[in-house]
Amino acid sequence: MSVRNELVKESATEMARQLRAKEVSSRELVQAQLDLIEAAEPRIDAFLRVSGDQALDQADAFDKRLAAGDTDGLPELAGVPIAIKDMIVTKGIPTTAASKILEGWVPPYDATVIEKIKAAGMPILGKTNLDEFAQGSSTEHSAYKPTHNPWDTDRVPGGSGGGSASAVAAFEAPLALGTDTGGSIRQPGALTGTVGVKPTYGGVSRFGAIAMASSLDQIGPVSRSVLDAALLQELIGGYDHRDSTSIPKPVPPLASAAREGMRRDLKGLKVGLVKELGGEGYQPGVEARFNEGVKLLEGMGAEVVEVSCPHFPYALAAYYIIMPSEVSSNLARYDGMRYGLRVMPQAGVEQTAANMMSATREAGFGDEVKRRIILGIYALSAGYYDAWYGSAQKVRTLIIRDFEQAFEQADVLVSPTSPTTAFRFGDKMDDPLAMYLNDVATIPANMAGTPAMSIPAGLSDDGLPVGFQFFAPQMRDEVMYKPAAALEAALQEQWGGPVFKDLKAPWLDGHVSGTTK
Amino acid sequence: MLGDPSVSHSTNMMMGMPTFTREEIKHLGDLARIALTDDEADRLKGELNVIAESIAKVQEVAGDDVPPTANPIPLEAYLRPDEAEQPLTQEEALSGAPATESGMFVAPRILGEE
Repeated sequence: MSVRNELVKESATEMARQLRAKEVSSRELVQAQLDLIEAAEPRIDAFLRVSGDQALDQADAFDKRLAAGDTDGLPELAGVPIAIKDMIVTKGIPTTAASKILEGWVPPYDATVIEKIKAAGMPILGKTNLDEFAQGSSTEHSAYKPTHNPWDTDRVPGGSGGGSASAVAAFEAPLALGTDTGGSIRQPGALTGTVGVKPTYGGVSRFGAIAMASSLDQIGPVSRSVLDAALLQELIGGYDHRDSTSIPKPVPPLASAAREGMRRDLKGLKVGLVKELGGEGYQPGVEARFNEGVKLLEGMGAEVVEVSCPHFPYALAAYYIIMPSEVSSNLARYDGMRYGLRVMPQAGVEQTAANMMSATREAGFGDEVKRRIILGIYALSAGYYDAWYGSAQKVRTLIIRDFEQAFEQADVLVSPTSPTTAFRFGDKMDDPLAMYLNDVATIPANMAGTPAMSIPAGLSDDGLPVGFQFFAPQMRDEVMYKPAAALEAALQEQWGGPVFKDLKAPWLDGHVSGTTK
Repeated sequence: MLGDPSVSHSTNMMMGMPTFTREEIKHLGDLARIALTDDEADRLKGELNVIAESIAKVQEVAGDDVPPTANPIPLEAYLRPDEAEQPLTQEEALSGAPATESGMFVAPRILGEE
């Protein structure tokens, strides 16, 4: 095992410590990650674009700053490289949302989270793959290519953020950013053994996140440890006047909650098992790992109670009305006028703006995006608005009430993140409803704006990762970080290391055939 | 067309559960400015009917006494300080445009023949 391989397998927190101690430079770290990306990508395809030159320049700038002793105000993760989901705009680096309609578009501005990443001296390794406009649960809906799951490259990494999850799981990057509208950070987290967090709605600025469903979208961290995720969320979170839904409050103390959790004392904590998120449809191997996790929480002093959220079974249906409605509105901006693809109508068809838009959107959007736009247009149309959109918004209220009542009985709620482990390519592409069911346990948090996170609970009997989900009350993200870090520490003691010690990663040793691509 | 029950919405209308026809899908495509092919419209018809049936269950629990929620974390509306900020330059704003001329976006003609 080379020094490089030891380095890329470290947590982001440990990389940051080595940078500060000058045991490694940011350039060396970035170069190690770029080398590994080159070795892994023929198998994984996590990236739509690698921005190696910019990353090395950013690393050099950080190294210079460190050498000059100019470290005042730098966050703990300063200098550690990161990958960015291609749903977040990056000035000067093409950003596509994995759609043909934005192919080649170079944003003229940075998202707020990217400004913060840059201010922290964190080199950006590249842009990661996703389902087109973050619409999907397998990354198969990318207009460019599917991303492979490092645990079994014949299987999907989940979605929409399969690129960010696979990049972090395959050691191509220690950290990544994702966006979570219905589970797009947490479900890929579950399927790849990574940690994925959806912060409280409004906790992280959405300015510069390409809008999918604005009342549900939230940017969050992807990592290989709970503490890394906490540090990254603290770094990207906080009030931003450019996002009108941004919460005008400081970020809660997340890293200290995670560090407290690592002491593995949960006495006084009440954990609520959500009755409705389990049973039928959940694989036995998923439930087994989940139940073992619950036992570990109990063993650390937590009191476990069952709670009922009777309207959660309606969350998926309400989501598939609200989300497409917002999608149909948000994606109206791709009209071939000011940026992105323009396709003129065929000869013989009037060369008008309206016909150009129709030709552009027909050519530029993929099947799933069209499906959702059409559904959304319908749900919002006169005569059907009350029955569909209006009813779904009422269900949203009922889900929020369910959470409020559950949090009267427990401090934190838990469930499996995803009902199944990673599935094979093509398994669900012809059945949209089966694909949508992947997110049945993650959607309630988006509907209610509550924070939630997934951590690895171990491997199922099929050898694939299982996710364990924590929910906390609105604006109390720190409440879930403590038990998540405690469970992570207890599990890693059992396993004798992180879940990734069982990952066969031939790209680490240069044995890359590329034949599975 | 869309709001006309005679097109296809018959028995299921009472439940608010739609049964899409190909013509309706094409009409929705027009509203969405997506020039769907006939094959696409047929495939979407089947898929959307299945999806619509499964999501109609929201009406079971959406009683009159339940208020709707649009934003899960309602914030007070506020005014930002009236301070000048540097917007995108003209060059930046035009940098991704399919066609430009003299510092402007070039668009196909907006109006039809009339």
